[in-house]
Amino acid sequence: MNEEKILEPKGVTNGLQNEHKKIVELIDVAKSFDGEVVLDHINLVVKEKEFMTLLGPSGCGKSTTLNIIAGFVTPDTGDVLFENVKINDVPANKRHVNTVFQKYALFPHLNVYENIAFALRLKKLSEEEIYERVEEMLAMVNLRGFEKRDVNLLSGGQQQRVAIARALINKPKVLLLDEPLAALDLKLRKDMQNELKNMQRKTGITFIYVTHDQEEALSMSDTVVVMANGKIQQIGTPTDIYNEPENAFVADFIGESNIIDGVMLDDYKAKFSGHEFECLDKGFNKNEPVDVVIRPEDVDVVPVEKGMLVGMVTSVTFKGVHYEIIVDIDNFKWMIQSTDYVAPNEKIGIYIEPDAIHIMKKSEFSNMFGDYSSFSDELERLSDTNEEENEEDE
Amino acid sequence: MNKKSNILKQAAAYPHIVWSVLFIIAPLIFVMYYAFTDKEGRFTLENITSLAQPSYLEVFLRSLCFAFLATVICLIIAYPVAYFISKTSPKAQKILIMLVTLPQWLNFLIRTYSWMALLEDTGIINTILESLNMQPIHMINTPFAVILGMVYNFLPYMIIPLHSVMSKLDNRLLVAASDLGCNQFQVMTRIVLPLSKSGIISGITMVFVPSISTFYISQKLGGGNFDLIGDTIERQFQTAYNYNLGAAMSFVLMILIVISMAIMNKYSDEDGGVIV
Ligand SMILES: Nc1ncnc2c1ncn2[C@@H]1O[C@H](COP(=O)(O)OP(=O)(O)OP(=O)(O)O)[C@@H](O)[C@H]1O
Ligand SMILES: [Mg+2]
Repeated sequence: MNEEKILEPKGVTNGLQNEHKKIVELIDVAKSFDGEVVLDHINLVVKEKEFMTLLGPSGCGKSTTLNIIAGFVTPDTGDVLFENVKINDVPANKRHVNTVFQKYALFPHLNVYENIAFALRLKKLSEEEIYERVEEMLAMVNLRGFEKRDVNLLSGGQQQRVAIARALINKPKVLLLDEPLAALDLKLRKDMQNELKNMQRKTGITFIYVTHDQEEALSMSDTVVVMANGKIQQIGTPTDIYNEPENAFVADFIGESNIIDGVMLDDYKAKFSGHEFECLDKGFNKNEPVDVVIRPEDVDVVPVEKGMLVGMVTSVTFKGVHYEIIVDIDNFKWMIQSTDYVAPNEKIGIYIEPDAIHIMKKSEFSNMFGDYSSFSDELERLSDTNEEENEEDE
Repeated sequence: MNKKSNILKQAAAYPHIVWSVLFIIAPLIFVMYYAFTDKEGRFTLENITSLAQPSYLEVFLRSLCFAFLATVICLIIAYPVAYFISKTSPKAQKILIMLVTLPQWLNFLIRTYSWMALLEDTGIINTILESLNMQPIHMINTPFAVILGMVYNFLPYMIIPLHSVMSKLDNRLLVAASDLGCNQFQVMTRIVLPLSKSGIISGITMVFVPSISTFYISQKLGGGNFDLIGDTIERQFQTAYNYNLGAAMSFVLMILIVISMAIMNKYSDEDGGVIV
């Protein structure tokens, strides 16, 4: 599968929004469980052939959104449209949508062949046609020769492939994938990301993909939907989401960012950390308080006398490609990524280009993120290993 | 260390071995002894061969037939009940299962007498029917009453093993099945049924075995018109004092049960499950 990688120019993704027809639409969809609001009036449009990713922290309502599209959960209010037809009352088994479940949910009493053939058997197709299509699917997911295997004895990656083949054999118009790679180890996850992306391009099926791995979301999707607290925070291409985050939550959730309290003095002129900066943003009120995002890789380390801001290096970590430097500027800890080494406790200057500054309106998330004062590499590594152990448990 | 724990493990098995010898092996040996000896203690096959007469054959056939019907009816009733219980909250499940076993807290005799009071021609049900100006129904002393008694007494033994496998059924499999196009009925036949096979098998075993060997139910609810193996055996020991014939019947009954179980296991091992 890897050999057949299809290379397409990156620009395709941006055009997608306009040139394709709507396939799934959520209009003002809300859902509460036991009085707790899980989805807070969501609006979402998914286009044909689109690879859309729902990204957000645990519990933000990603699975619930998928379940509403699949028909396993009925929304309290709002409409679900499929090809512009309202399908609120259409049961799951009648929708042209199939799902790849997080923990696969393969049928333990059926072998690989019968798991994949399941949907076709319901349609009472002839034995030859079923055989043909199952073999086609097995070839696509690289599982030829596994027909008679017991699904309970397959590896995680193999089970994953069976689950994908089982969901795709019905030729659904939309495939829903709920954290399909979460239980796989890093290496396998990367391979499967490529394979899934290729499969999506080859089949032209719309994918709605749930993950809480931001890297996965950015590298695979045409469109990323960032969710938090049951609301959609931002919808956009991966580049947009990264470069133009709408609020402090998105900026913090996607990649590393320094989020600083600031004021918009005028168009193209912002003030933060006691210094005035030139920037590319406009359209704010005069003296409007704003959140300023600056990515660690966009900050240049310069000698003190040339610096726009001056700070004290509190820690330096070698990361392979670059050093990760934490700098204290006016009691706010910045993260800077630089290929040049600086020593801890050294005074440095920093320089920021106008296009490295991104201005956001204040939001409910202001002042919650973006300071690296509590940041500790050791802590992060600890939490990483914990995560991996949990995955093994599952 | 290892040796010690092995010895401990062996020691832990002793009570079970003693139990088995005392209460399973020893009675079996007694049954075999009596079944294959005459009153003087000499070896003989006469006890067994004397069973091959129409009156006994009828009893065996009837017992098989009644037990089979009772088991099937239990399965038909218990399956949806167990499924429904498994779909309720864990707390409700505990309470409902307790309710299912509640009648078992009453003495078996009292339960059977209660059914007599209900089913008699002048019993509670018919009194109610008459007061509603409806035709009374003759129920007591019919095969219906006997099978009803069996179903009533053994139903919990079907519900409990079924519930125990169904409560462990992964709900996501049911969701996945409907995602792939199954309607409610197909979810039942294609997922729930095959995955609850082990519960069905143990439920059938636990109802069929006591049903085929039961006594007293038929005497009371069948009015003595429908002798079952259990009743006939009881009579050999209690009235006729023919231990040898009674033991021979027990022996044949055991063989019958073993054959029935073997047939069922053969069917259930084949693909497609017990029922489908
Ligand atoms: N059937 C349900 N009954 C009650 N609460 C539910 C149900 N399904 C989801 N919830 C609650 O709704 C919230 C959102 O759940 P959801 O599964 O959509 O989150 P998620 O974004 O998929 O999170 P994760 O990344 O952990 O899978 C959670 O607080 C969850 O406890
Ligand atoms: Mg989820």
